[in-house]
Amino acid sequence: MATALPTTALSNRMRGKGQGGPRPRRHPLRAAGRTAPLVPAMILLAVFLVGPVLASFYGSFTNSALTGAAAQQTQFVGFANYAQLFRTPDFFKSVLLTVIFLLGSAVIGQNVLGLVLSLLMARGDRVMRSIVGTFVVTAWVLPEIVAAFAAYAFFHADGTLNEILGAAGIHGPNGLYSLPMVAVILANIWRGTAFSMLVYSAALADVPDDVQESAEMDGAGGAQRLFFITLPLIRRSISTNLMLTTLQTLSVFTLIFVMTGGGPGTDSSTLPILAYQQAFKFSQLGLGTAIATILLVVGAVFSVIYLRALKPEVD
Amino acid sequence: MAMTSPSRRHLRWTSNSILALIAVCFALPLLWLLVASFDDHANLTLKLPGHFSLANYQAVLTPSLAYVPLWNSMMISLGCAIITVAVAVLAAYPLSRYRMRLNRPFLYGVLFGTCLPITAMMVPVYSLFVGLNLIDSEPGVVLFMAAASLPMAIWMMKNFMDSVPIVLEEAAWSDGASMMSTLWHVVVPLMRPGIAVVFVFVFVQAWGNFFVPFILLLSPEKFPAAVSIFAFFGQYGSVMYGQLAAFSLVYSVPVLALYVFTSRVLGGGSALAGAVKG
Repeated sequence: MATALPTTALSNRMRGKGQGGPRPRRHPLRAAGRTAPLVPAMILLAVFLVGPVLASFYGSFTNSALTGAAAQQTQFVGFANYAQLFRTPDFFKSVLLTVIFLLGSAVIGQNVLGLVLSLLMARGDRVMRSIVGTFVVTAWVLPEIVAAFAAYAFFHADGTLNEILGAAGIHGPNGLYSLPMVAVILANIWRGTAFSMLVYSAALADVPDDVQESAEMDGAGGAQRLFFITLPLIRRSISTNLMLTTLQTLSVFTLIFVMTGGGPGTDSSTLPILAYQQAFKFSQLGLGTAIATILLVVGAVFSVIYLRALKPEVD
Repeated sequence: MAMTSPSRRHLRWTSNSILALIAVCFALPLLWLLVASFDDHANLTLKLPGHFSLANYQAVLTPSLAYVPLWNSMMISLGCAIITVAVAVLAAYPLSRYRMRLNRPFLYGVLFGTCLPITAMMVPVYSLFVGLNLIDSEPGVVLFMAAASLPMAIWMMKNFMDSVPIVLEEAAWSDGASMMSTLWHVVVPLMRPGIAVVFVFVFVQAWGNFFVPFILLLSPEKFPAAVSIFAFFGQYGSVMYGQLAAFSLVYSVPVLALYVFTSRVLGGGSALAGAVKG
């Protein structure tokens, strides 16, 4: 999940750039020549990104399958896949689990912890800053499968967490079975908080000191300064970060897959896990494709909101 | 919150204690990996090994267990990074230098693409690969991963290219140099650090990717390390935790090294600087 996403800083750099190059003339050959370097990118994107997205929309309205009769003759079945999906109790459970996962691990967990960490780090010792930064960032930089195993070991019934709880006299639960959502939410907070921490640290560094100082002179307490000065000043970073962490968390698969496999039963099957299970475990390709399409639409809606809010300068 | 305290020393002490507590929580799962890899009787709990042992590393570092999967990871990640960077440099040039009617829709499309949940796409991508007869094909995996990382790469590359001054190119143009030779001889040398950042970024993502090769590859001898770690240790009952930790660390070292390299040498991980900056 080590994703750095376009930041406002990057798009700001584009400001003030002269429109260079030889003056554009309306000449079809020259225009074609200028478009030519875009062609390899367009082909790759068309075949491997736009293609599957369109195929997903189309496929969710057919009875396509990988094996059996339907594999030979794919027929258009309208909304049958969606109708079947909405009759499946697992689907609504999965939607609910996805929302819980998004709210718990991204919107609340990563954002709040990232903000708290960056605020504390601005006040802590230099040594402490780099120690905390190292561990938090390492959890984020590690390959996802390794992070998933580390989290699995930590939350396992015989794992480190229960050992610590046991030392404190508490008989720990078998977290991965009795509280699977709590375990994967905590694991995803552990895994992803670094991103929010980095975004907020950069944003806080841009908050001018004199504003804080004059507020302090006027007698504003710490909490007042936080809520009436700091947070409003970094609100743009907050909305950007909320959007990006939500989008990243929406597509988390490996962490949950390794830790609980979506189980026990379907008790931690978020939508990406459910799509995988339906398509590959139960060979319900139509259902899997319908879930994938729904996820793509949700992702697209979030992206559009994000792009409209951020208004990147694209020319 | 602790910040309401009037005493700055008290405030600093409270901040440090909370930070220390958070650091311990974040460190424990990571320390387990490290300690268990040197313990030949490792279980899932963080405990000091009876004696320091390299047995796990010896058991894991064999051609079939580690070297072949690591080689596969290297080929897939290198292939993906090279294709992505080459295609992104080409695409970024007209987007950065010419005012074309295509620019705005293309860049919005690219930005939109950076936000797409790739995991959500894997079911339709699998169907597509079955249709194209690309299942279990390493080049197929490389091309898909390159396409998936292209939107971000084009966006980053265009921004790096925008910061290269245009004056030198104008000189080359007036000397009659073609667009391609200007790009290759003038622009690319000036933006080497930017290209390196994009390369490392794409490489690291490809190296760590589990889900894409897990879905699209079938033959164990083609598995990259991410999938073979999962296949060897994750799915079977008798899990050798010490070896799992040792293999995981060997597999993680390149990524950690590249991250440190980018942030220290290229300055591209201003991310890390931002974390340390107060």
